[in-house]
Amino acid sequence: MSAPRDSMISVPSDAPSDRPLLLANVSRRTFLAGVGALGGLVLAVGFPAALRAADPPKYGRDGMPDGWVDDPLAFVAIGEDGTVTIVCHRSEMGQGVRTGMPMIVADELEADWKRVRVAQAPGDQKRFGNQDTDGSRSTRHFFEPMRRCGAAARAMLETAAAARWNVPVGEVEAQNHEVLHRPSGRRVGYGALAKDAAKLPVPPRETLRLKDPSRFRYIGKGELKLIDAPNIASGKAQYGIDTRLPGMLYAVVARPPVYGGKVAKYDAAQALKVPGVVRVVEIEQSPPPAEFNPLGGVAVIGRNTWAAIKGREALKIEWADGPNREYDSAAFKETLEASARKPGKVVRNEGDVDAAMASAARRLDAEYYVPHLAHVTMEPPAATARIVNGKCEAWGCIQSPQAARDRIAKRLGMSVENVKVNVTLLGGGFGRKSKPDFMIEAAVLSKAMAGAPVKVTWTREDDLHNSYYHTVSVEHLEAGLDAQGKPVAWLHRTVAPTIISTFNPEAKNEAPFELGMTAINIPFVIPNVRIENPEATAHTRIGWFRSVSNIPHAFAVQSFVAELAAAAGRDPKDFLLDLIGPARRIDPRTLGDTWNHGEDPEQYPVDTGRMRRVVETAAREAGWGKALPKGRGQGVAVAYSFVTYVAAVVEAAVDEKGELAIPRVDIAVDCGAQINPDRVRAQLEGACVMGVSLATKEEISYKAGRVVQDNYHAYEVARISAAPREIRVHLIPGDFNAPLGGVGEPGVPPIAPALCNAIFAATGKRIRRLPIRDQLKV
Amino acid sequence: MVTLHVNGKAQQVDVPPDTPLLWVLRDVIGLTGTKFGCGMALCGACTVHLDGRPTRACITPISAAAQAKVTTIEAIGGDQVGKAVQAAWVDLGVPQCGYCQAGQIMSATALLQQTPKPTDADIDAAMSGNICRCGTYTRIRAAIHRVAQKGATK
Repeated sequence: MSAPRDSMISVPSDAPSDRPLLLANVSRRTFLAGVGALGGLVLAVGFPAALRAADPPKYGRDGMPDGWVDDPLAFVAIGEDGTVTIVCHRSEMGQGVRTGMPMIVADELEADWKRVRVAQAPGDQKRFGNQDTDGSRSTRHFFEPMRRCGAAARAMLETAAAARWNVPVGEVEAQNHEVLHRPSGRRVGYGALAKDAAKLPVPPRETLRLKDPSRFRYIGKGELKLIDAPNIASGKAQYGIDTRLPGMLYAVVARPPVYGGKVAKYDAAQALKVPGVVRVVEIEQSPPPAEFNPLGGVAVIGRNTWAAIKGREALKIEWADGPNREYDSAAFKETLEASARKPGKVVRNEGDVDAAMASAARRLDAEYYVPHLAHVTMEPPAATARIVNGKCEAWGCIQSPQAARDRIAKRLGMSVENVKVNVTLLGGGFGRKSKPDFMIEAAVLSKAMAGAPVKVTWTREDDLHNSYYHTVSVEHLEAGLDAQGKPVAWLHRTVAPTIISTFNPEAKNEAPFELGMTAINIPFVIPNVRIENPEATAHTRIGWFRSVSNIPHAFAVQSFVAELAAAAGRDPKDFLLDLIGPARRIDPRTLGDTWNHGEDPEQYPVDTGRMRRVVETAAREAGWGKALPKGRGQGVAVAYSFVTYVAAVVEAAVDEKGELAIPRVDIAVDCGAQINPDRVRAQLEGACVMGVSLATKEEISYKAGRVVQDNYHAYEVARISAAPREIRVHLIPGDFNAPLGGVGEPGVPPIAPALCNAIFAATGKRIRRLPIRDQLKV
Repeated sequence: MVTLHVNGKAQQVDVPPDTPLLWVLRDVIGLTGTKFGCGMALCGACTVHLDGRPTRACITPISAAAQAKVTTIEAIGGDQVGKAVQAAWVDLGVPQCGYCQAGQIMSATALLQQTPKPTDADIDAAMSGNICRCGTYTRIRAAIHRVAQKGATK
């Protein structure tokens, strides 16, 4: 069953074979969602189709480019030895998707997990449906199609067995890799049935029998080990940086240090003298907007990575920095603050905020700052490409393989059919690897080297200097309290360069998908609410970072709620619950949120009952209000993001020198049913550490248009000693037949505010500017 | 030519002697389990053992490694402690993306070889040089304690 491999080629050993597999011999039936050709780059990177005013709204998986596929012939192959190969079409970056997705298929297929192999799909959305592994969407969008895939394949095996025994299909039943004839007790294995089953038509979707959840073997159990864990633990796992091809060359690229800059002139003479350097190649600049294009620059190609790095050090390059050469973070913070203090575009308006503020017993205001952040995936961007007979094949750690394929084809002037993009494991993604700029670099350099295989490796410095950064923001909050301390007016001005600026430099307002991340869609019981969005100009590549705009919005909103509670003399948890109010299901459109994470507002209302429940659960499990020693305190925060509800209670300990420790965090999550509960826990644990990390340490800053931070000494991230000592994740049970929420991202937003609220409880000091760093030092 | 002793095998490599061991392992010998993360000994992804000592391969020139026995993640399972650490990593579902875990396992193995029953402070000291951006630290700690409790050898 396994694909024939050139022993020299070190690519993921489970890459799907191009040979027809047994069950793939039948003409393919695909059920695309009728999305058709999606013009426009922005749409192709995962903006929901619902944003396009001219089209009827399409939600969820139907709204994604190329929609979904539930064809077993695209996803399942069964060998005569009984080995079941299941294709994972989403990218594995630590969320466990290569275990979770195939597990769904295997369960409905009644396959024995011990006899299941997982193959990674290349970039081919027409064949597999949407592959943009972002937005916490994989399980939420593909649970149902993958169930149908497995159920359809099971039905084909049952039909084949019934035909073989010449009995009614109603008398047979698939059970753990065999089909059983109930009346006679006869059994036949999947391997023996594969050939016959492959000749059968795929049964119509409406005839499929999905399992009752009570009969799930794997789904919801969390008992399967990660499919890649043994390879990871033994060094065999293959990431983008690990690709090895015969005759491969190694490249590093000197890129413009300022966004929009380009090479004025360069001298490669010294670089070419470095032992092992083969060639120096200029990559043409792609002027802003950045989109997914390589930034351009000068590539040094060598016999190994080190030779290329040494060669690059010997390059003499003069840059033309362009209009962003004065970008300075300290000055820009003041620019954002000035904007945040003046009225801006009104994006939600209820009641009369000005009148309510004027008559309020007390008024409070606060401003919160979150700097640019970088993903610093442990594996920096890395990709390999070669061109043979006019066809390009590339390998990379990519979250969006179809976008990589399309853009490589465009850049090389090839048809998309002549480009194959293989997806390796990703050594972290977090949104950085949604952008295929680094894969295009590899393809361009292979072309420059007459098609020879070239691997491009980004050093950590490259990763920090030329990323697609999390935006930088100032959040200005004002509130009025009545005489009883009840909020009567709420004004929130959010100011941040938008991700849209990476595609359209004129864009200066946050997009609906950014505002809809816990700024506009707060369901608080306050009669007068106004949300404004003054303009901000981007001076660098802004991109997605795990949980995106929820980070600054939730930090500000949930910190300010705790500030109001303190002003009102109330318990912060009780005050928060009062603001959320009674359990009700709110149409997000009535909150001004037309985006709703791309999901159907009928299926996914803002459910304040669920929001309350996660707050109450986290508080209960954390022992909210328990007596703590001096210097310790608890803080709570909640965020609704990626249609999932997460509350966190952080316990902070601050010693007399101002050293912060986090003994414990309790997190309650309601994402609907959990398909692979252990990975849900793992994602929430990891999100908690990332939240602590960005709250305490992380900051990208600019001077003279250049990123200041070079490496992990300057861009610090949380290490084991700074991580919470204990992270307890509490899962709210869900219904497998109800809509699912996301998991990968929603754990991040509540952490920073819960931590800062805990620090306030411990010390009385209010943190409004991230990162915390030495703000607690005495 | 420099002769290296990697995972019990002598390897002759024809690169300048100041080339970091990391790139020789990965690009010349083809052992890609040892990862590049920073190039400055800041993240621990490249951790290997030199005569049993955890060492950052990204700043170790091969001239300095030539006299030593180099053990990488690909061979650490040949050691009883290393094998137990690998098993604990799988059993407790430690890895997320997994990229840093080779380095984590090499550091954890060295710790447990030296200190079979490490305290949390020992773990902090030994493991703080290894960054995990996925944030698997609580499970790393639990897995180290698990190995310590069960003992490496059965």
